Amino acid sequence: MSASLILRVSAPMLLWLPLAASLYVLLRGHNEPGGGFIGGLLAGVGLIFHAIAFGAAPTRKLLRLAPTSYCAIGVLLAAASGIPALLGAAGPYLTHLWWFPDIGIVLPLGTTILFDAGVYITVVGTVATLFLSLMEEETL
Amino acid sequence: MFSPVWLILIGTAATLAATRIPRAVAAPFGAASALALFAIALGYVGAIGDGAAVVAPFWSVPSLGIAGGLRVDGLSLVFLLLIAGIGALIFIYAHAYLAGDPRLRRLVVVLILFMTAMAGAVTADDIVVLFVFWELTSLASFFLVGYDHENPAARRAALQALLVTGAGGLALLGGLIPIALAAETTSLSGILAAREAVLAHPAAIPAMLLVIAGCFAKSAQVPLHFWLPNAMAAPTPVSAYLHSATMVKLGVYLLARFNPLYQDEALWQTILAGFGIATAATGMAMAFRETDLKRVLAQTTVAALGTLVMLIGIAPELSIAAAVTFLIVHAFYKAALFMVAGIVDHETGLRDASALRGLARAMPLTALAATLAAFSMSGLPPFVGFVAKELIYEAKLDLGPGAAALLGLGFLVNAATVAIAGIMSYRLFFGAPTPTPNKPHDPPAAMLAGPIILAVLGLIAGLLPALLGGAFVEPAAAAILGRPAAVPLKLWHGFNTVLLLSAATIVVGVALYLAWGPLVPRFKALRVVDRYAPAAAYERGLAALITFAETCTRNIQHGSLRGYLRTLFLVLAIATLATLILRGGAAWPAADNLTDPRLLLFAAMLIGAIATAMARTAIAAVLALGLVGFSIALIFLTFGAPDVAFTQFSVETLMVAILAAALLRLPLRRTDTRSARQKLGDASVALLVGLAVALVLASVLATPFDPRLSLWFGENSAAAAHGRNVVNVILVDFRALDTLGEITVLAIAAFAVAALLRKGAAK
Repeated sequence: MSASLILRVSAPMLLWLPLAASLYVLLRGHNEPGGGFIGGLLAGVGLIFHAIAFGAAPTRKLLRLAPTSYCAIGVLLAAASGIPALLGAAGPYLTHLWWFPDIGIVLPLGTTILFDAGVYITVVGTVATLFLSLMEEETL
Repeated sequence: MFSPVWLILIGTAATLAATRIPRAVAAPFGAASALALFAIALGYVGAIGDGAAVVAPFWSVPSLGIAGGLRVDGLSLVFLLLIAGIGALIFIYAHAYLAGDPRLRRLVVVLILFMTAMAGAVTADDIVVLFVFWELTSLASFFLVGYDHENPAARRAALQALLVTGAGGLALLGGLIPIALAAETTSLSGILAAREAVLAHPAAIPAMLLVIAGCFAKSAQVPLHFWLPNAMAAPTPVSAYLHSATMVKLGVYLLARFNPLYQDEALWQTILAGFGIATAATGMAMAFRETDLKRVLAQTTVAALGTLVMLIGIAPELSIAAAVTFLIVHAFYKAALFMVAGIVDHETGLRDASALRGLARAMPLTALAATLAAFSMSGLPPFVGFVAKELIYEAKLDLGPGAAALLGLGFLVNAATVAIAGIMSYRLFFGAPTPTPNKPHDPPAAMLAGPIILAVLGLIAGLLPALLGGAFVEPAAAAILGRPAAVPLKLWHGFNTVLLLSAATIVVGVALYLAWGPLVPRFKALRVVDRYAPAAAYERGLAALITFAETCTRNIQHGSLRGYLRTLFLVLAIATLATLILRGGAAWPAADNLTDPRLLLFAAMLIGAIATAMARTAIAAVLALGLVGFSIALIFLTFGAPDVAFTQFSVETLMVAILAAALLRLPLRRTDTRSARQKLGDASVALLVGLAVALVLASVLATPFDPRLSLWFGENSAAAAHGRNVVNVILVDFRALDTLGEITVLAIAAFAVAALLRKGAAK
C-alpha cells in the first residue's frame, strides 16, 4: 500500500501518541473514563495508522509477536488475575485483591489492573489481527 | 475395607498410566488393575448383607444442587464383581488373542476406561454422577466397537451403537431431571426415599417412560435391539466383555435400581414384562437366522437381556431373585462361550457354525470349557444355570394362569437356548472333523484361562447354591425390592411341575437342535424381516436425516451475503414485532423535552443514515456511516456516558479505517447494481427493522426506570472495589467473569479471522 508523504511523515506520531494515550487511558480507567477496552481500541488505532503508512510487514515486525499471540496473552493474563483470590481464599474466583503500600503517598494497587491489562492486550491483538490479515489479503 | 472412591481413583490412574507403559505389558497391567478393583469389591461382601450399604461422598457440588456420592449395596456388588472379575480374565485373554497387534495398548487403555466407567455407574448414588459414567461407557464402547477403524462395517456399527445408546442417554437424562426435581435431590437413595413425591409429580409417568427408554436402548430391548449384533464388529475380547457380561446389562442395572420406586405401578410391570418377553423371543428367533458364532451368541444375549427385563417387570421376590441369579449365570456362561468362539475363530480361521465340526480332538481343553458353559446355559443340573431356570419357571408359575403367555414364550425361548448351547458345544466339537483354513490346536494358557475358570465357576456355584444365594443374590434382591428378601437358593426342589417343565425344555431343545441345520436357511430366507425390522427403519431414518441436513444446508448456506443479511434482519424484525404484539403492544413515552438542543445530533444521525442508504459508491457509504457513528458517540457524550462515547469514537475510527482498507481492494467506482425491485425489497426490510427497534425502544422508555441497580453500583463502587468509575469497576470487578467471557470471544474471533485470511491459505 503506497501512502502519501504527509501520512508517512506523521505516521510515527500517529502511532506513538495514541499508544501513550492508550496507556494513560488504561491506567486511569478505574476512577476516570477509560479502561482496558477503550485503551486497547486507541492503541489499535495507532497500529492501523502505522500499517496504512508503512504496510503490514513493518507493523508485524513492530509487534514482534504474532497478533494472535497478544489475544492469547491477554485472555490468560485476565484469567490469571483471578487466581490470587483463590490462593488467599479471599472469595470466589476473580474477587480482586488490593494492596495499599505507603511510599510517601498511598499507592492503591489491585489485581484489577492485571485484569484490565489483559482486556487491553486482547483488544490490541484482535484489532491487529483483523486489520493486518485484511491488508495482506490480495483478493477480496 | 476401602472406600468406593478408590475404585474410581485406581481406575482413572490405571487408565492414564496405561497410555505410557510398554505395549508388551499393557494387557497384564490391565488385568492387574482389574484385580485391584476386584479385591476392593470382595472386601464389601460381608458389609452389605440385610440391605446395608457402604457409602462415600464423591463429587458433590452443593452450589449446583448435585448431592454426589457413591454407594455399594448388594446390587452394586454383584455388578462390581462381574465387571472387575470378568474384566481381569478378558485382559489376560486379550493379551494372547491380540498378541502382536500394534493397537493393543490403545485397546487396553479404552478397556480400563470402560471398566472404570462401569464401576462408577454401578456405584453412583447420584443421578448426575451416574449419568456421566453412563455416557462414558457409551463413548468407550464406540471406540471399542470401532477398534478396527479401517473397516467401514466396524465404523458403521460403532456409529450405530453410539447413536442408539446416545439417544437412549438423552431420553434417560430427560427422565432423570423431572424425577430429581420432584424428589428435590439428585441423590439416588434420596429419590427412592421420596417415592411418594416422585410418583405424585405431574410428569411422573413421562419421566418413567423416558428412563425405561434409556435403559432399553442401552440393554438392547425391542425395538432398539439391532445395534447389539452389529457391535460384534468389535474384537472378540471386547464382545465378550461389553456385550455379554457388562455394558449391555447397565440398562438392566438401572431398571433394577429404580424398581423400588416403580415396582407397584401396573404400567411399569406391563412394559417391562411385555417388552422383555418380546425381546427374549425376538433374540432367540433371530439367533436361528445366524451361523456366525459371534452373531449367534449376540442374538442369544439379546434374548437373555429380554428375560432379565421381564423378570424385573413381574416383580415378586422370587422373580427378582431369579433375575439376579440369571444375571450371574448368564455372565459366566456367555463370557466363556464368547471367548470360546474367539478361540475357534483364532485357531481355525473360521467362525461359521455350519462349517465347523469335530474340533474336540484337536482342541480338547477348549471343548471342555465350551461343554461346561453350554451345560450351564442349557440349565442342566448340577450347573448354576439349572438353579436360575428353575427359579424363572417357579416365578412365572407363581403368577397364575394370567401369565400363560409369559410361560409359553419363555418355554420356547429356553428350549431354543438349549438348542443354541448344543450348537456351541456338541456341534462344534464333536462328530467328524471338517477341514479348516488353519490347523486347529488348543490356544495358549492365557486364552484358555478365562473360559475354563468361568465354566468351572458355573459348576461350583451350582453345587453351592446356598453360598451364592446368601452372599450375593439375597443382598442384591433386597436392593432391587427395597426390602429384605429371603429366597434360599436350592439345587434340588424335588419332583414338581417346575422339574417337569425343565425336562420338557430339554426335550424340545434337543428337537430344535436336530432341526437346526434345515431351519437356519429357511429363517435366513425370510426377506420380510430384513425389510421391515427396526434395523431397516434405523437405516432409512439415518438416510432421511442426512438428506434433510443437506437440504437445510443448501437452502440456508446459499453463499449470498446479501441473502444472509436479508434473512437475518427479517427474522430480527419479525421476532421483535411478534414479541411486542404478544406482550400487549407498544407503549409511548411522554415527550417532554422536545426543545433540547441535543436533539440536533439525532438529526445528524438521521442524515447520515439516509446518506448511507442513498450513496452511489461504497466509499461514500462508509464515510456516511461514519457520520452516523460519530453522531451516536456525541449523543452518548452529551447524555453523560463518557466511557461509552469514548469507546464509540474509537470503534468508529477503527470501523472506517478497516472498511476503507477492505474497500480499497474493490473497484472504487462500482455503483449499485440492484434492480429497482430489489432496492424496494431491501428498503422495506430496513424500514421494518427500524420500526420494530423504534417501537421496542419507545416501550422501554415508557416503563418507569428502576434505579436499584445503578444506585447499588454507585454506592459500592468506591467502597468495595476502590474505583470511582462505575462503568469500569463493573467491567473489571463486579462482572469480571462476563468480561473474561467477552474477551475470550474476541480472541476466538481474531483466531477465526487469522485462520480464514491466512496468507497463502488454500483458495
